[in-house]
Amino acid sequence: MVPTSYYLTLSAILFSLGVVGVITKRNPIQIFMCIELMLNAANLTFIAIGHHLGQMNGQIYTIFSLAVAAAEVSVGLGIIITIFRSRETINVDEVNILKS
Amino acid sequence: MAPALVLFYILAFLCVGGAVAMVTSNNPVRSALSLVISFLSLAAFYITLDAQFIAAVQVVVYAGAIMVLFLFVIMLLNLGAPEVVKKTRSFLPLATTLLAIIFPMVLFGFGVFAGLDGPTPSGASKLGTVGAVGRTLYSPTLPWLLPFEATSVLLLVAVVGAIVLARRKA
Repeated sequence: MVPTSYYLTLSAILFSLGVVGVITKRNPIQIFMCIELMLNAANLTFIAIGHHLGQMNGQIYTIFSLAVAAAEVSVGLGIIITIFRSRETINVDEVNILKS
Repeated sequence: MAPALVLFYILAFLCVGGAVAMVTSNNPVRSALSLVISFLSLAAFYITLDAQFIAAVQVVVYAGAIMVLFLFVIMLLNLGAPEVVKKTRSFLPLATTLLAIIFPMVLFGFGVFAGLDGPTPSGASKLGTVGAVGRTLYSPTLPWLLPFEATSVLLLVAVVGAIVLARRKA
């Protein structure tokens, strides 16, 4: 029987790696992947805590989180394609027209 | 060591290794494939946590659909080649990596999770089947039915939004 704290620590490690990626990457697609990793770390926490308490709620939250992640990815990649069409680059250091 | 713990360590190594490979790689395709390894090992974790339905959904939706979408966009925009890394913010990788190492150690070391090591309630292994998830999700006495319908509206909005955004302007 693996203690629940091990799962939570693993989830913290994955979330931290996602944060590192979001801060250091310059390619928005890779930034999106790091956000997905952070969402998955949160899902792991939900399921581990739900299993620990013997409840269904963690898994239900995970289903909703998954649906939101799918919606976010489809819209985000659409935005990236639009930016690439108009600017010919998607490097986040060069796409700064909102910064006056 | 108990077999469950050995399995946990193997899966955790795969999962963290995939995540580290994703964060450190400059090639988006390699990055995406490393993330698939991470997602698949997370699905195995869900099976060890008695969430069989979520594990299947994780494989189908995350490792399947979402990562294929990522790879499709990477190759559509021809971003497969690693880009030249500019050394403008060189202190950030080191600082954030240190924080990422310290944060879980602080959480674990200060005993934030210490109260959670009690026995799991019995009957937890019956929680993750499709029948159990469906009965909870669609039960009229539990509050999950309205959020579920709202999710369908959200997905519809996302579909329409993605088409509108990615459509070539006439």
